[in-house]
Amino acid sequence: MSAVPAPVLPATAASSRPAHGLGTGLVRAAWLVFERDVRLAFRRWEQVTQPVVFFVMVATLFPLALSPTSQLMQAIAPGILWVAALLSALLALESLFRNDLDDGTLEQLALSGQPLGWLLLSKTLAHWVLSGLPLVLTAPVVAVALAAPAEAVGVLMISLVLGTGILSFLGATGAALTLGTRRGSVLLSLLVLPLAMPVLIFGARATDLAIRGDEPGGALLLLTAMLILSASLAPLATSAAVRISLE
Amino acid sequence: MLRGLSFGASEGEALHVRGPNGTGKTTLLRTLAGFLWPEEGELYWMGERVERDRDRYCADLAYLGHENAMKADLTPRENLRYMNGVRHPTSAGDIDAALQRLAVHGQRDLPFRSLSAGQRRRVAMARVLLARARLWLLDEPFTNLDVGGVRELSSVIADHVRIGGIAILTAHADLDLPGVALRRLELT
Repeated sequence: MSAVPAPVLPATAASSRPAHGLGTGLVRAAWLVFERDVRLAFRRWEQVTQPVVFFVMVATLFPLALSPTSQLMQAIAPGILWVAALLSALLALESLFRNDLDDGTLEQLALSGQPLGWLLLSKTLAHWVLSGLPLVLTAPVVAVALAAPAEAVGVLMISLVLGTGILSFLGATGAALTLGTRRGSVLLSLLVLPLAMPVLIFGARATDLAIRGDEPGGALLLLTAMLILSASLAPLATSAAVRISLE
Repeated sequence: MLRGLSFGASEGEALHVRGPNGTGKTTLLRTLAGFLWPEEGELYWMGERVERDRDRYCADLAYLGHENAMKADLTPRENLRYMNGVRHPTSAGDIDAALQRLAVHGQRDLPFRSLSAGQRRRVAMARVLLARARLWLLDEPFTNLDVGGVRELSSVIADHVRIGGIAILTAHADLDLPGVALRRLELT
């Protein structure tokens, strides 16, 4: 044998089959996927701010276009807030898996030996933190600009937390299904919008009830039920769709 | 695309898949990685059908595709920490050692986008080295590498095979893996 440097890493091949420390391994893997996406987003700041800017712009253009009496504003504020939130959530979806497919990251995640659905759930949560949470946090400002009473802001934020969560899960499935098409954004909207209708209806309804000073509990509970349903089913559908797109 | 193909590889063996463009080298490797299922036939790992325990097969497998699976906005160190950490705990020391072995240690804290194509390929290979996998599936690992890079990578692959690993790789040029018996699979 010639002068080959000794392997720096001892025993890469034969010996060490990593012991399947399942519980901790799953948490670590999910956290790394999450942290990676958040760090990437901070390196590309404009991607994070884009949906928020869109949301604020759309919602504040309505008072300018309509007669800005506080009575009219209060009547249409829930609709404006929710339609703007829905559209801005759709805007952020296209990039959810696209880059990871193009640069081969999804292939590696599929081969990581960890459950793909679990890793994608973590990615979806990161996506929510980067696109849904900013909406929730800016919503109070927009709501006040639309003359919504301060008492309704809490309910608006809760309903948006639930609603944007559902949209992230639905959207993840939609984004995974449209990975195979080169320009999937229109198809993605067509897929996700019909499924998102109940979210729009109950979210706007909860906000409307709160603005009128009524009890919004029923609508919020329905949103919660939808969130639980989408959170439990979407990762399975998403991972199946991603595996198909890798073929 | 591929028909009537039957082959195996055992520990301490390197298999060089060759053939003109479009004969299915990448398809073959992607099939071995489990992205595609063969219409007919089976894939076995350690005497068991891969379908039966896919996670175990994946834990034994490191795949290097055409794409490097690295984020342009992250540094090589960050990229490796995330991609390998998902598989198993990976210490900063291991990552540095792997980068050193592939001679891209000096670029470890630069954004991946600022690396040259050959350096990117080396970092991607460091990921394979860190994967602690027995089976390496390498699709054109020598792309964009300079003469020194080809030599270094050859020695990395040869070391892997010599301590009992398996490497299945595609390459257009002839391979020279020091001290390793090389088998060839010609696709036509």
